[in-house]
Formats: sequence, structure tokens, C-alpha cells
Amino acid sequence: MFKFEEDRSKYPEKNPDGTNIMDLESGKYTKIWQGPIHPGMTGNMSLELIIQGDEVMDCKTHVGYLHRGFEKLMERRKFIQCFPICVRIAVPEPDFNEYCFAATIEELAGIQVPDAAEWMRTLLLEMSRLQSYLAWIGGQSSSFGMGLISQWTTWARDLVLDRFEEISGGRVYHMHMLPGGVRSLLPYGFEARMKDTLEKISQVMADVEKVMFNNSVFKTRAVGLGYIDPLWVEEYGITGPNARGAGIAKDVRKDYPYLKYADLDFEAAVGTDSDVFTRADVRRRDILTTIDLIGQIVEKVPKSGEFMAEVPNVLHWKIPKGQTYIRSECTRGEYGYYTVTDGSGYPRRINVRGPSYTHAIALMERMAINLNIADTAGVMSSLHTYPPEVER
Amino acid sequence: MSLEDIKKRTVLDPDGKEIEIDPLKDYYCAATPDMKMEHHKSSAPIIEKFANWARSESLWILAFGTGCGAIEMRPLMTPKYDAYRFGIQWRATPRQSNVFIISGYMSVKTLKRAIRAYEQMPSPKYVLGLGSCTINGGMYWDSYNTINRLDHYMPVDVYVVGCMPRPESILSGFDTLKKLIKEGKGEGAAKYAENFEWYKKNQKQIIQDWDMPDYNW
Amino acid sequence: MKELIERLRNKFPVKDEVFQKDALSFITTEKSQAIELVTHLRDYEGYTHLVLLTAVDWIEDGIFQLTYLLNNPAEKKDLGVLVMLDREDPVMTSSHHLWAAMATYQRELFEMFGISFPGSPRLEEPFILEGWHGIPPYRRDFDTKKYSQETYFQRPGRETHDPAEHMKKKMYPEGS
Repeated sequence: MFKFEEDRSKYPEKNPDGTNIMDLESGKYTKIWQGPIHPGMTGNMSLELIIQGDEVMDCKTHVGYLHRGFEKLMERRKFIQCFPICVRIAVPEPDFNEYCFAATIEELAGIQVPDAAEWMRTLLLEMSRLQSYLAWIGGQSSSFGMGLISQWTTWARDLVLDRFEEISGGRVYHMHMLPGGVRSLLPYGFEARMKDTLEKISQVMADVEKVMFNNSVFKTRAVGLGYIDPLWVEEYGITGPNARGAGIAKDVRKDYPYLKYADLDFEAAVGTDSDVFTRADVRRRDILTTIDLIGQIVEKVPKSGEFMAEVPNVLHWKIPKGQTYIRSECTRGEYGYYTVTDGSGYPRRINVRGPSYTHAIALMERMAINLNIADTAGVMSSLHTYPPEVER
Repeated sequence: MSLEDIKKRTVLDPDGKEIEIDPLKDYYCAATPDMKMEHHKSSAPIIEKFANWARSESLWILAFGTGCGAIEMRPLMTPKYDAYRFGIQWRATPRQSNVFIISGYMSVKTLKRAIRAYEQMPSPKYVLGLGSCTINGGMYWDSYNTINRLDHYMPVDVYVVGCMPRPESILSGFDTLKKLIKEGKGEGAAKYAENFEWYKKNQKQIIQDWDMPDYNW
Repeated sequence: MKELIERLRNKFPVKDEVFQKDALSFITTEKSQAIELVTHLRDYEGYTHLVLLTAVDWIEDGIFQLTYLLNNPAEKKDLGVLVMLDREDPVMTSSHHLWAAMATYQRELFEMFGISFPGSPRLEEPFILEGWHGIPPYRRDFDTKKYSQETYFQRPGRETHDPAEHMKKKMYPEGS
């Protein structure tokens, strides 16, 4: 066998141009695939790691397990037929797709959405944000081995999905925000049930704070892990809680107010040391902000009124030629739709910009160097990537 | 996994000697499935009935979320819908499970991994197809990367319709599966072994870079 | 945005400006000067955040339109830089030294459209598709429905109802 060299500064040996020589047949390096399923992440993405002992030397991400060719499929369908299919692009958090798709179509066609519909859309987006954050906490704690928290938060998420089912009829895919407005307003007695749900979720969050954030195991493992330098934020295009954990306050709801966020009173959470623990704390504070926001919105939503603008016959709807970009703030960062139309009844090109596009590939490959293998799942979960939106 | 990894070549082993390796023969076994091993039927019908009852009451599923449907598999394991009371557990590896839930659409890349996982599961094994995409392609029927009919690549026992099916629908699908097993009709593994060449021909037709042995067990 | 475009017009060939919204405009520029324009915007005008890089296939005009969408976080404005490439020979200078995520966008465009960016790291490795031997799938001359019907087995029993045909049969059952 090769002789054990005590001086680790000589490994890995370098090529003349500075890249590492990692010779797999020599027995010093091993290639491991951390395959499509992960403890704690919804979605399939694999990491090809080259490790030496316990330490990762090189990382390559492989995506494409969930590729359905959405942008090609949407070119073959009329605008109203694209609507049920665009929801499935980001599976755990579908409402942002509906909003961005509807907003680009309305802007290019020149339709003005009524006031009640904008309030309903704000409510649906906030509820979707809440259920996605609750699923994320379950994932982050499972990747460090604390499986109980995901049982609590998945139960809490089910309560929110019940409220969704009351409004729109579906638990996961709602399809409520049509181009032109929404399908209906709130059912009778919704506020009382929603307040009850929010109280139960607040109790669950108080328990999670005690069990997870005051936990010595989580603190020992997560503090100091997965550091994101604030200078990387511009270079890698990092948005959302990943950037806010590094101290840079970027929130689309505050910077480019859309829907009714200008009328609401909230603060986006910002943290200072950008490690896994800080990002988890930023997201926990975001959950409390969201619970408060939903309480504010439910009181302000109009109970009756116009909720759908006049749109022409949707099967023969031709939208004038143009291109635009609409962005929104989802749980992971900036989510945007770039739409190009050419005057016919079919879209020319719809490109979906998901925040995980930069986080999952370029940033993960950078952060995995010199990491312990046991921590790669924790770091990946902390970046909060959803592979479906990377490869659409 | 790549095509270079399974070619015959000469390597320098850790002791410093040069050896020749042929990965497909040295690291994998080249046998095809044997009908006698897959088709477990004991001679006495009462033992067979007891074995079927035992199999149906302890179905362990492989935790591989292949598509959209994975999002409704998680609530199934929490106290609200509670699949544990029916003996259904999530297991991490194929060697420890006997039900494979195909949750939704399958892209070509995932199909290759799913076939590998399915063939590694010990018999008797069952496949549950979740969602309309396994039946006829669903809303991705005209996509160049998703398959349209799952039962041409893997033997399917029960289909659960929906997009996505609720956790209660999935439990009802498990109920149908249990009835099938108790009647002695859960013979997916035997069907796979019998028509092995036909399944392999279909799989190789769409998976163009086949870099694994023919039967991965 | 108007002053910015006038300033750019003094240094670079800029034409066809479209003011889509208060905070979003599109300009078109030449292929040879596009990367210098993008670098100038990033270093001197404050457009430091890259939103996306994508391509649109205008097959009837024989061009690919590349869109670089940049964002100025301080002034909260967006600018889209459009570059027209010839469809027969789509090659563009690579800009992976400007942003680390640009290499990923360029890999995707190479695989899906066939647009080549010489010098971009890991460009030829398969990114999303595995074992794909056809033409790049997002081009408009690739028929996805035909490919799917020929390659993947169909379950019989699917029928299509065209609304115009259905109403015609309902209102004129004798076919007059």
C-alpha cells in the first residue's frame, strides 16, 4: 500500500497549470456519488465527489433527473393551455409560477387586474411561502439527523394545505391565479379558521425554536459551516435568505414592490455571520414575519367585488408582440419569468429563472471544497435548492 | 458511471503491480433472473396463504421520489395520515424494501437508475404507479424526455390515479395492493423474469448509453 | 434610462431601444461589441447582478436572439442587451470571466440550442440530457410530439376534440 505521509500540505499534488491531480487508481482518492436522493432535500440531484479520507477534494453536480422540457412544451400550447403546465415547474412551491406567468401575460396584453384579485394573490403567495418554509425546516433538521422536527413541521404544513383546499380545491397544485384575476374570493368563515391555524403553527414554531435552535448538537455542527463570503453575492448572483444571511439585504418585496406589498408592514430578516446556523435563523424569523403578514392580509382582503378582469375568448387570444420580465420573491430568492411573444396565439419563448440555478451548481461546487462528507447534505439543505427549477 | 468505467483496461493497483481488469465480468455477475427463484410458491396452500398474509401486512417502500409525487409521500409518514399503522415504512436502500413507488413522470435519466434499483430489490417485489403520468404520459405526453407507458419497462401491479393523489388515495392504493397479494396475484417479479428479454429490449431502445450489466442484482 | 442609453450610444453601437416599463428597457447591439458593452455596464454603470442569459429562436428570420438581462441593485433598474446571431453558424464570445454562473448558462445554451461559446469550462459535457444524439431540442425545427410518439410507446385510447369541429358537428348534424 502507499506509505502514509504525515505532511498533508503536499496533497493533492498539482499539475503545472495549478489544477489538482486526482488519480483514482492509486488508492489515495475515492470517487463517491451522493446519488439522486438526499436526506432532507425534495428533488433529485447528484453530487460526484472525489474524497480523500473524510474530506472532499472536488465536486461536480449533475442535474437533469427531472427534465421535462417545459419551455419546449409551452411553445406548443396556447396561453391558457400553458397555465396548468407551468405550475409544475417548482414542485413544492407552485404559486409563484402562476403569479409570474399571469403577470407577464397581463403586462404584454395590457390588462388591469382588479383590486380584490391583487389582495387574493398576495394572500396565496404568502400561504405558499409559509408551507414551503415549514417543509424546509424538516429537511434541514433531517440532514443533521434530527428526524422528529420534520414530523412536527409536516403536520403543521398539512394545516396550511387544508386552508388551500378550502379556497381552490387542491392541496398541492392550486391553479387559482388565472391571467386576468383569480378564480374566486374567500369562502365563508375563512378568517376564523385561518386564525386558528396560525395559532397552532406559532406553537409549533415555538417548540421548534426550543428543540432546534437551542440544541447543542445543531450548534456544534452548524456554526461555522458553509460560509458564504459577502463578495460572492454579486459574483454568483445569490439572492434570498442566502444573501441575507451574509448581511446583504436583498428582498424583491421591498426593493421592487409588487401586488400589495407596499401597503403592508413587515421587515425582511437579515443576519451577520453567514453560516448554516445564521441562515436557518434568518428563515425562522421569516416564518414568523409571514405568519404576521397573513394575519394582516386576511383582515384587509375585500369580501366581495370584481375579481376577474375582462379577457377575450381565451382559446383565440392573440397577444401583441413584445418581451418582458417579471420577478417575485419566493422562499429561495428571486424567481422570474422572461416571456417573448410574437403576435400569434402561442408563446414564442418562456424562460423561467429559478434561484437554485446559481445556488445548486456554481455555488455548491465552490462550497464543497475541503468539507467533511457528513456535512455536504447539511450545506446543500441550507442553500435550499430545488432541482426541478434548475432543469425545468 | 460512465462508458469508460466499464471498458477492459490495465490499471496500476495500490501495491504497484499492473493488472488487467474487465469490470463487467469481474465486478458484476452475468446471470439473468431465474424463474425458480422469483416465483416463490410453497407446496402446501395453507403455508402459502400465511406467507401472503405476512407479506401484505409489512410492505416496506423504497424512499426514492422519482417525480412530482414525492411531495405527497412525506405527509403519509406523519401522524396525520399515518401509514406506519398499516406496516408501511420508508427504507433507505433497495435491499431492504419490497415496494417501489414510481411517483409520477419518469425521465430517461431517472429510468436508468430506477431499473437498477428495481432489479436490486429482493423478490417478491411490487410496483405501485402513482399519478396519471405512469398510465399514459399525463400532461407530458408530448415531451421528448419522459416515458409514456410505464408497464413496458417495469411490471406494475397497481395504478393510483390523480395529479397529485391525496395521501388517502395512496392508502387506498395500498389497500388494493394488499388484497391482490392476499389472493396470490402479486406476481410482478415473476412476470419480469418470464418476459425478461422483452423488457430489456424496450429499456435499451430508449436508454442509449447503457453502461451497466444487463441484470443488476 | 434614457440618459444611460444616450451615454452608451456614444461608445457602442446601440439601436432599437424599447422602454418596456419604468425600470426595464431592451437595447440591441452588435455581436462583436456585446461583451465589451456588458463589461462596461458591470464595471462603470453599476449593473452588477446577472439575472439570466437565454436565447430565442426566430427561425423565420434565420437568427438566434441572445438576451443578457442585467440588474442594477442600487438604482433598482433592469436592462436587457439583445444580440442577434446567425442561425447557421451560432458562435459567440464567452463571458464566463465576468460572472461565475455564466458558465452554467452557456452550458445549457450549448446543449439546448447548439450555440457555441469557445473557451467556456466544461461546455461539451452533457448537462441535462443523457445519451442524446439528435439535434438540440429547443430549436424550433425539432418536433417534440413526433419524437415522443415514435420513441415512447403510447397507450391507445387518447382522442383529441377540436372545439371548432365539435361545434360544427353539433350545430349542423347533417353536415350542410
